[in-house]
Parts: sequence; structure tokens; C-alpha cells
Amino acid sequence: MTTPVKLLDFITILPVIFLAAWACLLLLVDLWVKHKRVTAYLAALGLAIGLGLLWYQAAWIGNAGFNHMVVLDGFSVFVNALLLLSGLLGIALAYGYLRRMGIERGEFYPLVLFSLSGMMLMAQAADLIVVFLSLEFLSIPLYVLTAFAYPKAASEEAGLKYFLLGAFAGGFVVYGIALVYGAAATTALDGIIAAVAEGRANLSLLVSGAALILVGLGFKVAIVPFHMWTPDAYQGAPSAVTAFMSSAAKLAGFAALVRIFALAFSSLSDDLIPILWGLSALTMLVGNLLAIPQTNIKRMLAYSSIAHAGYILMAFTAFGNPGVAEVSIAAVLFYLAAYTVTNYGAWGVVILLERAGDLGLEIGGYAGLGRKYPALAACMTIFMLSLIGLPPTLGLVGKFYLFRAVIAADLIPLAVIGVLTSLISAWYYLRVVVNMYMRTGDPEISPEPWALTITGLMAILTVLVSLLPGWLFFLASQARLNLF
Amino acid sequence: MVPIEYYLILSVVLFAMGAAGVLARRNALIIFMSIELMLNAANLAFVTFARQYGQLDGQVFVFFVIAAAAAEVAVGLALIVMIFRSKHSIDVDQMSSLRE
Amino acid sequence: MLFDYMAIAVFVFFSTAIAVTAILLGGLFGPRRKSEVKSEPYESGMIPIGPGTRRMPVRFYLVAVLFILFDIEVVFFLPWAVSFRKLGLFGLIEMFIFIGILLVGYFYAWKKGALEWE
Repeated sequence: MTTPVKLLDFITILPVIFLAAWACLLLLVDLWVKHKRVTAYLAALGLAIGLGLLWYQAAWIGNAGFNHMVVLDGFSVFVNALLLLSGLLGIALAYGYLRRMGIERGEFYPLVLFSLSGMMLMAQAADLIVVFLSLEFLSIPLYVLTAFAYPKAASEEAGLKYFLLGAFAGGFVVYGIALVYGAAATTALDGIIAAVAEGRANLSLLVSGAALILVGLGFKVAIVPFHMWTPDAYQGAPSAVTAFMSSAAKLAGFAALVRIFALAFSSLSDDLIPILWGLSALTMLVGNLLAIPQTNIKRMLAYSSIAHAGYILMAFTAFGNPGVAEVSIAAVLFYLAAYTVTNYGAWGVVILLERAGDLGLEIGGYAGLGRKYPALAACMTIFMLSLIGLPPTLGLVGKFYLFRAVIAADLIPLAVIGVLTSLISAWYYLRVVVNMYMRTGDPEISPEPWALTITGLMAILTVLVSLLPGWLFFLASQARLNLF
Repeated sequence: MVPIEYYLILSVVLFAMGAAGVLARRNALIIFMSIELMLNAANLAFVTFARQYGQLDGQVFVFFVIAAAAAEVAVGLALIVMIFRSKHSIDVDQMSSLRE
Repeated sequence: MLFDYMAIAVFVFFSTAIAVTAILLGGLFGPRRKSEVKSEPYESGMIPIGPGTRRMPVRFYLVAVLFILFDIEVVFFLPWAVSFRKLGLFGLIEMFIFIGILLVGYFYAWKKGALEWE
């Protein structure tokens, strides 16, 4: 039944192994490194090597490893590439920010790498045990990172809140897995499919298990009503951590959600569609409506990230319909890529304007940016347009694919809610733009080369890729889910 | 032998107690203990099912859950101690530096 | 089936009976002379200082956390040791890697001064 471990097994998770080992080494090396910038460059080097290994690994797409505990398919390679890139962006944004905020501690970089290796394992997980382990592996470093600005009270509290609710969510995931195991006598995704196909599975137990797993992962990707931690954690955490967390953790969470539900639970879609429908509608509404009264840019972006989780979930609602599932998964991947680019750009601007002591975070403080720093204001305008979904940005293309998938699945009311809430979102995103150009003020930015480069680069990507989105969508649609 | 259902009912009760504890209690340490109760309820369910199916998989899963829970305990206790040092309270209702 | 539990029932009966008898006999025949010293809580022969619920230095938490982290790994050592022969060389290498990861954490804690008692 179980086969001995071969070299191929290690190749299937080579980048994950490398990144975890690199993080261990970095933790030790950092003890003797005086200038933490060296640690940052070493971490970036590790991520670059990880990308190289991913490229090398891509030749083995189509293999499962460790007795079908993990798989290497197009989907996981696409997600892992995005994760590694987002790790690089996160480190680049943190590079100057940590020093400026007086929290330049070497542990930051190993923690980011540990968290990333957990996320990458999650994208490859083909067994619920691995899903749980990678969930913990990615979450625990994130709890520490959220509280990284200790002894600042806001950061400590954000860390504790994120920790308590994250652990709570972990409890739901574990119990859900226990129920699925009870229903199907296995935790392997292919085993669950087989058990359902042969009629061996206890369906009511399986549906309850799937629902609990949905609750647990819903916490991670911030779906209403499991979003309570998000605004506090995003606001309290150091901005560079929030940028990383809001992009990468969402990516990994949705990767696991998509793989588990589209593959193992696709036969349950009749029971789950109403739940997903309700959750995504609620998430879009609540996220967008609660973002309106926010005056703090970090909190506003936190609610905006909740709203975007709703849009992604909307496209995924019809996962059980095999004809639609493929399109919708490609749309989800494309949107995740678009959101990552836009999100990092927007957080780059936030980081440039933030000053020690939580200053420069009020949206009102962006007044006059258009006159004083026109290029940066133009970048921020592009990001805001992209988050609304207006041309000429990636956000528009991403939303187009999302809505196409929803309409193909015949979920017109859900699409209508999506469009209406996008209109609502224009209200609070454009307020930032109005503040920058129409009001007078005297904002200060910190001239950090890396953060400036990343912000500019993301703005260029947001516009350029939106003009030629075909290749990215092609890649996303080639990123097939499989279990082998 | 005690029927399987009894174990499962106990596990569901434990899980519900844990979840209720998280929602109702305000002391960070007690919330944390409630979460541990939820994890152990899942462990009980795993062992029960593993016995029912005559497999070892479920029992091995319990090891992993225990190890992951220990890692969580370490980080959680560290966070709680850190907050206690600066605020002299671990009541989650008093954590209001972050405003709505 | 219930008969299987007979031994336990007998055990419970006798242990309870002996304990109850001992307490009853002591209560009936033993002398009772109260004094200041006798009503003190027993603290390994030392003179008790302060109330029993005083706060512990936070340092103990650090030690406790480190203890949990390194203690829980036994969970994996035991099954590994039991099936050591079956796992062979691969199992041995895996365990060395596992211990290596633990050692990374140990060295980190050591170098950071977490093991110092000021």
C-alpha cells in the first residue's frame, strides 16, 4: 500500500524543503550578523534560489510525492511562483521600513521564509493532514510577525487577537478533518473522491466536515462572518507585515480552499453552493460597506481585502460544475495574481507615507500628495482604480474574468451583487484620490529606494499587464488542478 | 466494550464546550485553554474513528495535532506574557488600542 | 463482557475499604491535640513564607515554554523507536534531520540568552 520514499518524492517539494532549510540556517547565521541588511539580502537570495528550483521542478509536473501526501501540478507551480515573488516583494518593502520604525530585528526574515514554506506546502497538499500541518506552519510565524513591533501596544494586541482567532480557526479545521476522516476512512483527497464514488462515505458526516473546514479556512482568508480579526490584525501589525500577510496568506488560503473543494468535495457542491453563495454575497457587502467610514488607510485596506476575498469566493461558488470549474479556477488564479500586484503597490505607498508613532496613516494626511509628489500620487491612483476595477488596470481584467465565470455558472444575482458592491467600493477608493489631488496639505514621504522601486514597478505592471493580459490568463488556465 | 457513539458524543460535547468557551470568556488564557479543548475533542474523534476502521492513520494524526498545538502554546504563551508585562491585564475586552 | 471488569471492581472495592477503615480507625482511637505548628501548611520542612497564591517571576514562563517545545518531540521519538528496524537507514537519517532542526532551535535559544537565569 505505502511505497518507500524515493528521490522523486523530494523533488516534488524541493523548493519547500530548500526554503525551510534556508530559513533554519538564516536563523543561526543571523545570530552572528551585525548588520541586519545582510540577513535581508541572504533571505532574498534564498527566495531567488527557490524560484530557480521551482523552474527546475516544473519539469516534473504531474507527479505525486510521499504516497500522495503532496502533488506537483500546474496549479501548485503557479501559486508557488506567486508566493515566492510575493515573499521577495515583502522583503523589499520591509527592508527600509523596519529600520525606520526601529524594529530592525533579524528574525523577521527567517520568519517570513518559514511562513512562505508553509504556504507553498499548502498549495501542494493532497492530504488533509498536510493541509493542517502547513496551515499551522504558515500561521505561527505570522502570529509572531504581527506582534513584531513589540513593545508597541497596538502590535502586541493585534498579535494576540490574530493568534487567538487563528488558533480558533485551526480548531475548526482539525475537527472538520476528523469528521471527514470519520466519513471516508481516509484523509487523502483522492481517497475521499474514491470513497464518495463507491458510496462508502457517510455523506452527512462529510458535508459537516467540509463545512467546518470551510469555516476554518474562511477565517484564514477573511470571509465574513469570520473576518473579525482582520481589521485589528492588519492595522496593528507593522505595515510591511500586513502587505505580506494580506497577499501571501490569502493566496495560500485560497489555494488550499480551491484544491480541497474543487477536487475532494466537488460531489458535495449541491449542498455547499448555497453556503458559498451566501458567504460571498455577505463578504462583498460587509467588506465594502464597512470600508466606507474608515479614516485610517490601513484599516480601510483591511476591509478592502475582506471585500476582495468575497469577489474571489464569488467566482469559486460554482466549483462543482465541471464545465465552469476550470474557467473559474483560472479566473481565481488570475485575480489572485492581479490582487497581489495591486496590493503590494498600495501598501508600498502606505509604507512610504507612514512615519514612526503611527503617523501619516490617516487618509486625510494624503491631501496634497498630488502636488508634492505627482509620480507617487499617480501610482496610488492606479492602485485605487485597480482595486475598484476600472480601466486601464489589472483589477478590471481580473474582475472581468471573475464575472465571466459567475455568469457562465448562471449565478446572475450573485454577479449583480458583485457589480453593485464594486460601485460602492468606488466611493472609498476614490476618496483617497480626491484627497490627493483636490485638497491641500503637506505630506512627507521617506525616500526609501526599495519601497519606491517596488511601488513604481507594481504601478507599471498594473497598467502594462492589463493591456496584454492574455499570457497571464493563459498561464492561469494552464495551471490545472490534479491529484495524479 | 463502550459503543463508538459514546466517544463521538463526548467529542462533540467537548468541542462545543471549547467553542462556547472561546466566545464567552474574556481572559486570554482561558480562551486559549478552550481552544486546546477543541483540538483535543478532534483528537478524541480521530482516535475513535481510527479504532472503528482498524487503522493507524487517525492515531498518527493525533501526534501531529499534539505537536502543532505545542508550537501554538509556545507562541501563544509568549504573546500573553508579553501583553501582561506591558498592560498588567490579559482581558481581551481591554485591548482597545485598535479602534473601530 | 461485564465480567471482564470484575477485577477492577474488586480492586476498587478493596482499595476504598482499606482507605476508609484506616481513616475511621485513626479518627476513633487517635489522640487529637491541636497546636500552632500543626495547622501550618507543610512546605517541605521549611518555615512557610507569604501566601500560597503569590505571583511567580515571569522567567518561569520562558523555561516552561522551552520545556514544552523540547518535551513534546518525544511524541515522535517513541513510535520511531518502536518501528526502528522496519524504517531502516531512511528512518535513521530522517531522525537525524529532525534532531538537527531541534538543535537549530536550541542554539538559537542558547545564543539569545533564553537559558540564562540572570
